[in-house]
Amino acid sequence: MTDVASPLHHATVVDDGPAPETTRADWSSDQEVRWCPGCGDYSILTALQLLMPELGARREKTVFISGIGCAARFPYYMNTYGVHTIHGRAPAVATGLAMARPDLDVWVIGGDGDMLSIGGNHLIHALRRNVNLNVLLFNNQIYGLTKGQFSPTSQKGKVTKSSPVGLVARPFNPISVALGAEATFVARTHDMDRHHMQETFRRAYEHEGAAFVEVLQNCNVFNDGVFASITKKDVRDDMLIELEHGKPILFGSEKQYGVSRRPEGVVIVDVAEVGIEYILVHDEGIRNPSTAFSLSRLAKTPATPTPIGVFRAIDRGEFGSSVAAQIREVQAQVGRGDLADLLRSQPTWEV
Amino acid sequence: MTDIAEALSAPALDEVIIRFAGDSGDGMQLTGDRFTSASAMFGNDLATLPEYPAEIRAPAGTLAGVSAFQVHISDHDITTPGDAPDVLVAMNPAALKSDLHTLVPGGTLIVNKDTFEERNLAKAGYDHDPLEDEDLAGYRLIEVPMTSLTKDACADLGVKPRDADRSKNFFALGLLSWMYSRPVEPTMDWIDAKFAGKDLVIAANKAAFNAGHAYGETAELGSQRVIVKAAPLQPGTYTNINGNTALSWGLVAASQLSGLPLYLGSYPITPATDILHELSKHKAFGVTTFQAEDEIAAVGAAIGASYGGSLGVTTTSGPGVALKGEAMGLAVSLELPLIIVDIQRGGPSTGLPTKTEAADLLMALYGRHGESPMPVVAARTPSDCFDVAIEAARIALEYQTPVMLLSDGYLANGSEPWCLPEVSDLPAIEVEYATGFNMVDEDGGEHFWPFQRDGDLKRPIALPGTPGLMHRIGGIEKADGSGNVSYDPENHERMVHLRDQRIAAIPVPDAVLEEGSDGDADLLVVGWGSTWGAIAGAGRRVRAAGGRVDHVHLTHLNPMPANLGEMLRSYRRVLVPELNLGQLVKVLRAEYLVDARPLSKVKGQPFTAGEIEHAVSEMLAELGEDPDGEESR
Ligand SMILES: Cc1ncc(C[n+]2csc(CCOP(=O)(O)OP(=O)(O)O)c2C)c(N)n1
Ligand code: SF4
Ligand SMILES: [Mg+2]
Repeated sequence: MTDVASPLHHATVVDDGPAPETTRADWSSDQEVRWCPGCGDYSILTALQLLMPELGARREKTVFISGIGCAARFPYYMNTYGVHTIHGRAPAVATGLAMARPDLDVWVIGGDGDMLSIGGNHLIHALRRNVNLNVLLFNNQIYGLTKGQFSPTSQKGKVTKSSPVGLVARPFNPISVALGAEATFVARTHDMDRHHMQETFRRAYEHEGAAFVEVLQNCNVFNDGVFASITKKDVRDDMLIELEHGKPILFGSEKQYGVSRRPEGVVIVDVAEVGIEYILVHDEGIRNPSTAFSLSRLAKTPATPTPIGVFRAIDRGEFGSSVAAQIREVQAQVGRGDLADLLRSQPTWEV
Repeated sequence: MTDIAEALSAPALDEVIIRFAGDSGDGMQLTGDRFTSASAMFGNDLATLPEYPAEIRAPAGTLAGVSAFQVHISDHDITTPGDAPDVLVAMNPAALKSDLHTLVPGGTLIVNKDTFEERNLAKAGYDHDPLEDEDLAGYRLIEVPMTSLTKDACADLGVKPRDADRSKNFFALGLLSWMYSRPVEPTMDWIDAKFAGKDLVIAANKAAFNAGHAYGETAELGSQRVIVKAAPLQPGTYTNINGNTALSWGLVAASQLSGLPLYLGSYPITPATDILHELSKHKAFGVTTFQAEDEIAAVGAAIGASYGGSLGVTTTSGPGVALKGEAMGLAVSLELPLIIVDIQRGGPSTGLPTKTEAADLLMALYGRHGESPMPVVAARTPSDCFDVAIEAARIALEYQTPVMLLSDGYLANGSEPWCLPEVSDLPAIEVEYATGFNMVDEDGGEHFWPFQRDGDLKRPIALPGTPGLMHRIGGIEKADGSGNVSYDPENHERMVHLRDQRIAAIPVPDAVLEEGSDGDADLLVVGWGSTWGAIAGAGRRVRAAGGRVDHVHLTHLNPMPANLGEMLRSYRRVLVPELNLGQLVKVLRAEYLVDARPLSKVKGQPFTAGEIEHAVSEMLAELGEDPDGEESR
């Protein structure tokens, strides 16, 4: 707490040494979880509660900030610090916290409506600035909490309570949006695969800067099964394209399909037809986001093969620490400000 | 300064009001600002009123492009930039056309003769040369070919004629400096510093200034030189300060006094932007400034920083406050410290961005959904912005609540001499954070309950990073005590009352009558915000004419001073001048059931003392006709 007790020592991160051993129970709050039975949010919560002890994180240094929605109830269930803010604004609140307190691990949790509709602007700017946040977007392609209106990720033609004869507009693809904002870490995972979620969350946690993870999440009450045709165990091999850094992008039960680059973008090919040498080798570290963007466009709907895993992970100056560094540099050059001098910094005269 | 010594023998005026008006490209703000600074250094009391056009670059020479700066200097204590200028400097026909009506009858009109040619006359909408008009006979007209004299003065310097033209405002400044016996050196030093590295510009500006000065001396203006002597101000070190700078420094001071780093989240908007600019310069004080993507992000980030233990501040104007409404409600619900600064401007909507108005009071008090009480404080003069910023921070941090600070465009840009406070006299701001458990359950288990209040109804705040005190808070209603989500009707009602009571119980200083009031008049003028100067000036005039009127000025608009009701009720009549259609007056009538009457002005300009004097005199006459008037008490 020395860094907080004397907060004018701006943005100093004190090394507390290794975190004490913890278990899932240590990371679970005493609050009753209130999602609908069968909701995909449960498995995401479990995955994270089980993962936290492995990450070596400290509970008191961990903060979950959320907006409003079913997903946004998440912080109540973690035995960490947490703020359930207002609809869409979690990335903004989290940005201020992360800037003020670089010693904290700040997670941002929200739904597709929360972060891509009302809060879309805050999300893209937090990603653009590369604020040190782990942003988990639970995408169920629906407004859950308000009981079933379409969301900005709902498919065209979707029939919902607010689109009884079918949705007219095209959806956002969250991965494309994040890449469009040139986020430095962009990944997708899904609520049916704990191991994949955990590995993806671990990578997000370890990333310096803004890490964006889209979690495909089933809302079994208002949008049941939207992702079933790609995430169900028996179809996964053929429908999920697992991206692995440095490896050719292959999928299918026999790895018989692959992704190849064409002038118009990446396409799915039959490996036997084109030959393994024509299969794209995934590279998370390409600074130009074009290839990752092209990969994000591969699946037009959640009914065709969909890439999951880390699309992009690059290093770029983290926002809060860069802002703090400017402050430290000025203080190193001119010293700590003196209030009496400030008041006399314009022309003065004596009476 | 032999020149000034000599000038001290010039005939003395006790005060003068000068208005510089020209095209927005003519540098009138800078000219006015320099004249002001020289007067401040000379020891005058002063007040200024800069008036900018809304467009950054309106077409040159048009009425829309006129920019003006009014300054009132005196040898005694003054409170306003003056009702009507004694001197108008019109750099082009458009300035003459738009501002002539402000000049007092018989006032001095100085024009740049060179600009009164066909094209400029047409742009200003004149079909003839107004300098030949009969109407101008009522003024002392001084026609000076400023452009050509400036070009002549710069001819030997190697300055291009177009660049020389840009220095003509320094000619005007030189001329006025001579006429009013202003010291020359401060302006020369300032030119050197401001244009350092641009030798030609320095040379041209100085040549133009000197030419203007010499013109006064050598032309027939010899008899027109006067002096406004220094005012007997209280001893101390002075600086000339505008409201936004004072407010910024007040926030820096509050950071020092509380020991918390200052975090500003802001989005540019006139007339608040200068605070973002100013605070961005003060990294040496550990100030973090965050220019957010919009006003909602700005307040959101300030809330996040406050939650992390910084002094979270967001600065904006009315339209931005409207956007921040929901987030301010969150801060009310979370009971976190936060300062929201509203530099009011004309509304609704984009309204009059560069003009002043004070019509956001009801929004500040009530403009959030639900029962969402928030302390509100307002600054009265440019330098008062410093004190009020510290007061806002004191309330926010010591009582753990968002606080709205109201200023306006007039205070933001207007300036006055400020006797600098002693830093060591500024009171420390006490901040407390929880470090341990505050609840023991039946089984002896220890817990941290974030809404377990103390005797002051304050909840404990545990900063993230504090071991063992992990907890969750949010905008959903919380159970009194544990802070867990609660939809219990009884609990909600209790929490609504608790939030209301704890804000109502914040101690604020008693209302005190302003200087000159004797406590015994029939009429009390109640003001808030920037009307202070005009009301104080009006009070002096009324009293000088034998009338009796008292004045009280509110800094704390929520909660209001505990003695206010009693004070209001002890007068037969209460007059409330406001730059809105009567907002405080509504609150006073509702809260205290008194016969308070509004005096409104919504022209984008501050009240003049004369306007208030007139209203007061009328009201006094009315009360005089009914001298007993007991029934109206
Ligand atoms: C300012 C505001 N507007 C609207 C709402 C109502 N609202 C609450 S959650 C929500 C959408 C939730 O959808 P999503 O973000 O996808 O989360 P989910 O419930 O699906 O997890 C809406 C519209 C609100 N709480 N606040
Ligand atoms: S409405 Fe849908 S998203 Fe919300 S809790 Fe129920 S199942 Fe989950
Ligand atoms: Mg959703």
